[in-house]
Amino acid sequence: MSDAVKDEPRVTAPAPPPPVVPAVPPRRQRRTDATSERGILSDFDWGRAGTRWGVRIAQAAVLALLAVASLGPILWLARAAVSTTQDTLRTPMAFWPSGADWANLSTAWNEAQISHYFANTVWVALGSWFVQLLVATTGGYVLAVLRPRYAPVVTAAVLATLFIPGVVVLVPLFLTVLDLPLVNTSLLNSYWAVWLPAGANAFNVLLVKRFMDGLPRDVYEAARVDGAGPFRLLWSVVLPMSKPILGVVSIFAFLNAWKDFLWPQIVLPEPTLQPLSVRLPLIRDTVELDVFLAALLISMALPIVIFLVFQRLFLRGAGLGGAVKG
Amino acid sequence: MNATIRWVRGGGLSTLLLLLPLLLVFSYFAWFPIGRAVVMSLQETNLVTDPVWVGLDNFRHVLDDPLFWTSVRNTLYFTGLALLFGYPVPLVLAVVMSELRRGKGLYSALAYLPVVVPPVVAVLLWRFFYDASQTGVFNTILGWVGLGPFAWIQDASSAMPSLVLQATWANAGATVLIYLAALTGVRGDLYDAAEVDGAGLWHKIWHVTLPQLRGVLLITLILQVIATFQVFTEPYLMTNGGPQNATVTVLLQIYNYAFRFGDYGAATALSVLLALFLAVMSAVYFRLTRSWSTT
Repeated sequence: MSDAVKDEPRVTAPAPPPPVVPAVPPRRQRRTDATSERGILSDFDWGRAGTRWGVRIAQAAVLALLAVASLGPILWLARAAVSTTQDTLRTPMAFWPSGADWANLSTAWNEAQISHYFANTVWVALGSWFVQLLVATTGGYVLAVLRPRYAPVVTAAVLATLFIPGVVVLVPLFLTVLDLPLVNTSLLNSYWAVWLPAGANAFNVLLVKRFMDGLPRDVYEAARVDGAGPFRLLWSVVLPMSKPILGVVSIFAFLNAWKDFLWPQIVLPEPTLQPLSVRLPLIRDTVELDVFLAALLISMALPIVIFLVFQRLFLRGAGLGGAVKG
Repeated sequence: MNATIRWVRGGGLSTLLLLLPLLLVFSYFAWFPIGRAVVMSLQETNLVTDPVWVGLDNFRHVLDDPLFWTSVRNTLYFTGLALLFGYPVPLVLAVVMSELRRGKGLYSALAYLPVVVPPVVAVLLWRFFYDASQTGVFNTILGWVGLGPFAWIQDASSAMPSLVLQATWANAGATVLIYLAALTGVRGDLYDAAEVDGAGLWHKIWHVTLPQLRGVLLITLILQVIATFQVFTEPYLMTNGGPQNATVTVLLQIYNYAFRFGDYGAATALSVLLALFLAVMSAVYFRLTRSWSTT
């Protein structure tokens, strides 16, 4: 073994015999822990000073790149939000040549009415979150646990929407919202126009369904024997067991609602109802630059705080996204 | 009648009741609009008078628009650049990060941070960074090493790359985490086997890591292409299609047809064309790559 690995870091080494790689690994085997104990480098590789330092330098370079690229713009904004317009325009990379201007934040919050749009955004996001969670849990529960005979048809129809690019429905969806079929009402300038379409999210439904598919079925039998009906079974048995996935769905539902721009802009033309993302481009030309930058900072603050608090949930969820997509 | 009673007693009704939110929301806001898109693309719709069947007129109108090919070219350009910037970088980052023995959480959090910044905030902020004057943020930084000043989004030739740079900043973190999750699933015994056969670091990456990520790599590629074909917020807020139509994308065209000119038929026709194109492309892609996909 030691002989074979000797010429390890040399790229120009003569090609070794083709490594034995089974062509097709078993499907969906990504999360088996036993297989993920080691990485690309073996303990032997780590023991070699050259390799160890090479890897460390690469990792330090990546850390530096990530810090500058990810944190840089955000920290710049945090500084600019409390600088004067003059300073930001003349010397954008200097640190407060003429002192900090903390008043920007309160001017943005009060006079530019960011507080009002902030509240609108929270309301939009909470409603979207609730509708998405309701549809995904009840839908996932029926399709994964109750499994009526028509379940496969519904699952297929939900899955199909995942493959239709969102742009196709943009205009027909708008006309549907303007005049809901059968009930003949318009949802224009109503938050329902944002909340309800948010619920038609196939990704959420399939994520929850897949999670519930994996729950032990004998628990349901036990609950049924104890006399629990389908509603009771959902509320007292399935939901408590599904907390991890509901956390992931909740966080992405809230965040995506906060980030959404095009759809709220189309269905909420009334300025007093608009969320931050719709309002910010419009106030750009009406307020002073330092106040505008303060408004941008306020608008990104809550998502970032939520991200930092629920980091684990986010990072797991982002990986999950790949698992479902893959 | 008896069958109905049996169905209700057996829980059929409560099952349907529980499925109702999903059925209602998807019927109204997914299934019905998808069907309606096809119908609307063949009609003249102006919200005032009843829709009129016009056959393929909308499609003809859209294809004859001088901006059509401009928007197609720009969208392809955006997609190509986005792949060039955004496809290899996350992979390299993820492979390096996967070898971390500690601090993986810090790296992941840093990588993902831009993804949680609302796109509108990010675009408006970068729009300011791209200030073309000597004292613009990027021009100041590049000035330290004697470069620039550059015109960024104010010049037709550099506008699109600037947009892509911002979009890559905003989205790369999500892809890094997908790769990172996939990398934890690469089977360790394959590395053991490769080492026995004398494989070095690069050989292990090339012959074990990448083949094991094949499924995820193929999927993220096509998903990224589909997503970049629908780019809207960046060109709309950063340049609004300018300068000299250099950043007019297909989705911007759709938006303008519908919400600036009220031509809903043309807007849907273009949407349907885009969707058909994406569907055909995905089908061909999956057919071509089926033999080397693992999933």
